Amino acid sequence: MEVGQLQERFVDYTKSLFCEGFLDDQFLQLQQLQDESNPDFVVEVVSLFFEDSEKLLNDLTKTLDQQFVDYKRVDAQVHQLKGSSSSIGAQRVKNACIGFRNFCEEQNIEGCLRCLHQVKQEYSLVKNKLQTLFRLEQQIVAAGGAIPMVE
Amino acid sequence: MNLGGGETVKSMSMPNSSVSWKSGDGVTDQFPAGLRVLVVDDDPTCLMILEKMLRNCLYEVTKCNRAEIALSLLRENKNGFDIVISDVHMPDMDGFKLLECVGLEMDLPVIMMSADDGKNVVMKGVTHGACDYLIKPVRIEALKNIWQHVVRRKKHEWKDFEQTGSVEDGERQQKPPEDADYSSSANEGNWRNSKKRKDEEEEAEERDDTSTLKKPRVVWSVELHQQFVAAVNQLGIDKAVPKKILELMNVPGLTRENVASHLQKYRLYLRRISGVSQHQSGFNNSFMGPSDATFGSISSLSGLDMQLPAQSLATLQAAVLGRSTTKSSISMPLVDQRNLFSFETPKPRFGEGQQQQLSNNSKQINLLHGIPTNMEPKQLANLHQSAQSFGGMNMQVNSHGSQSNSLLVQMAQPESRSQMLNEINGSHRIQSSMGQPIMSNGCASGVLARNGMANNARGTLYNPLSQASSVLDFSVNHGTDLPGSSFPIGGNAGISSLPSKEMLHEDVISETKGTRGFLPSYDVLSELHQQKSQVWGSQNVGLTYETSHHANMRGSCDVSPSVIVQQGFSSIQNNGQNRSAMGKAVFSSGQESAHGNVPNISQQPNTFLLDNLLMVKAERFPDASYHNTIFAEQLGQEDLMSVFLKQQGDTGSVESEFGFDGHHLDNLPV
Repeated sequence: MEVGQLQERFVDYTKSLFCEGFLDDQFLQLQQLQDESNPDFVVEVVSLFFEDSEKLLNDLTKTLDQQFVDYKRVDAQVHQLKGSSSSIGAQRVKNACIGFRNFCEEQNIEGCLRCLHQVKQEYSLVKNKLQTLFRLEQQIVAAGGAIPMVE
Repeated sequence: MNLGGGETVKSMSMPNSSVSWKSGDGVTDQFPAGLRVLVVDDDPTCLMILEKMLRNCLYEVTKCNRAEIALSLLRENKNGFDIVISDVHMPDMDGFKLLECVGLEMDLPVIMMSADDGKNVVMKGVTHGACDYLIKPVRIEALKNIWQHVVRRKKHEWKDFEQTGSVEDGERQQKPPEDADYSSSANEGNWRNSKKRKDEEEEAEERDDTSTLKKPRVVWSVELHQQFVAAVNQLGIDKAVPKKILELMNVPGLTRENVASHLQKYRLYLRRISGVSQHQSGFNNSFMGPSDATFGSISSLSGLDMQLPAQSLATLQAAVLGRSTTKSSISMPLVDQRNLFSFETPKPRFGEGQQQQLSNNSKQINLLHGIPTNMEPKQLANLHQSAQSFGGMNMQVNSHGSQSNSLLVQMAQPESRSQMLNEINGSHRIQSSMGQPIMSNGCASGVLARNGMANNARGTLYNPLSQASSVLDFSVNHGTDLPGSSFPIGGNAGISSLPSKEMLHEDVISETKGTRGFLPSYDVLSELHQQKSQVWGSQNVGLTYETSHHANMRGSCDVSPSVIVQQGFSSIQNNGQNRSAMGKAVFSSGQESAHGNVPNISQQPNTFLLDNLLMVKAERFPDASYHNTIFAEQLGQEDLMSVFLKQQGDTGSVESEFGFDGHHLDNLPV
């Protein structure tokens, strides 16, 4: 595919992610941070996010799987996930975390498990989307083009 | 620094270069570029993003993901950072604790961050002294203006220094930060603050040419702190307002702002102690309260953990000196606060011999004098002496501490002696606490000392001592130039150089004679000294003996004290340098092995120690056993302890409890 097309695709795809709420303004901030000295900044940060989140999600699963659930711990973990997802602009993940914390407060195990499931889902979705986005970027670069900035 | 390079290593190194702004009025062409920021967050994603954002703002960024690492970085590089940004929720240490520690020890502006934007959390940030609160996700715009906090603080300092700061100025200056605190970081402009800042700037500039120079922070020396404590005590903690305190202190060059900020720290410290005293599990907790971690940091004196009320003391001290409120960092505060603890001048003995020594220390002791401690003059004197011996323990601290004393005492008390001792031994807690609070509060040391002494809380005494020691260390380090053996105690084991020169010395001398109460503390102190820093320990010992039990000791412990002192001093002498060591040594039961910098300590902290001693004494005189045990353990000088114990009639068992390690009073020919 030629560069122009790739770039167009890229722009459209990015826009859709914003429209659908997968990403928010914070992601743009990240993109703006990227510069010549850190050309892969966004990819690096997002990769870090993936790593960290997967750990957190595993931890959460374990914590909620205990006979006596430590809700404080759950809350702390969800809080952290909320923080990191909001930092990279993964809006839907962040929102899912907010709901999750409410159930933690109530110590509602059902609610928590549901939320965990939801968070995991949102996480998978955004992960896929971002990976697709990065692939597009790579393709553009490979084809010799520049990554367009999306408003 | 590699601004663009994505390097994550701390790039502190540029001492003056990039932070040229610091030197002048704080504003140079480059400013705020090169602002040295330390960012702490356990979330790696956020940390990376923040770092990049800060780099993009042309700041020099150092990142770390653990609060403890951050604290040690800050401690190692006292002036290596301009501002700290920290997350609230961290696994190893609560962000607010870190905030307090930094505030007390290093007096740096700290910005808190969290995804949590609940009013309570933000309020907590405010009450703990954060200069701003950012809600995550943080935007780069929010970070662009963080330099204002640095400038604001500097301006306050300048004003403090200038003494031109009339109340209005001070108030005005004080205001902005408060405003800033309240306004969330969302106010990027913070127009109010900027406006104020601008006004202040103008004023500062008009006022004094030198204002363009970067004025050093007010160093709350032992003497100063003791004076402060005295003033606060005189006024009553509730009524102590900066203006009145300033008047009472009557220190030229000190501004209301200086006093106000110091008072704030002191209050925090007191709050912490009182809250903590309940559950002092080994000083650490109590003193530092929740922040065990902090304790750790405070007691960095030499590793001594002066958990003691030191926490508060330490905090205070830290605040004053430079913050080593954390446990481990007692040394820190102490060092800075060296002055605080005037134990430096280890008054070797009860009296005469020491007197001279004390005189050296007297400086420190003097501080004590000034401070309206609870103790009688004699006690004070004793304290001073001891303080001096201690190498500058800030007896003064004690004086201040009438309040603190009680607090400390309480702290000491509640804690099981063993705990205390253990604490002391193990964790420098005392140190930290001592270091910190002592310095700043002056009470701390006093309290500690007192506690140790008079109260059952031998341990407490110990603590104070240790703290004092630590304080001493600090103070000593500060520069009191202890030649190295400021322990007058014991006559000279090099103690003579104990610094408490300034004020404590005199005070100590007088005090030590009569203060029975000190005995216990003395013991503790001595032990502490002995144990810890060899010199230190002896210093303390000497001090204790001197101060409090001059009379008592004479009979039985005459030798001991001196011996102890000697020990302490000798060690002190040995090091001569490690002021901090002193503090640490004494307190760090074992941790630090008596750096032997006693001399250093003696320089300053004696006053604090003395204070502590005095205070302790005042409180509970018969608690000598406490320190007896402490000493006994530490020093291994059972006899000394027993002497004390006998005197006290207390629990000999304490000895075992306190395990001051480190210092062995073996030499003491008790």
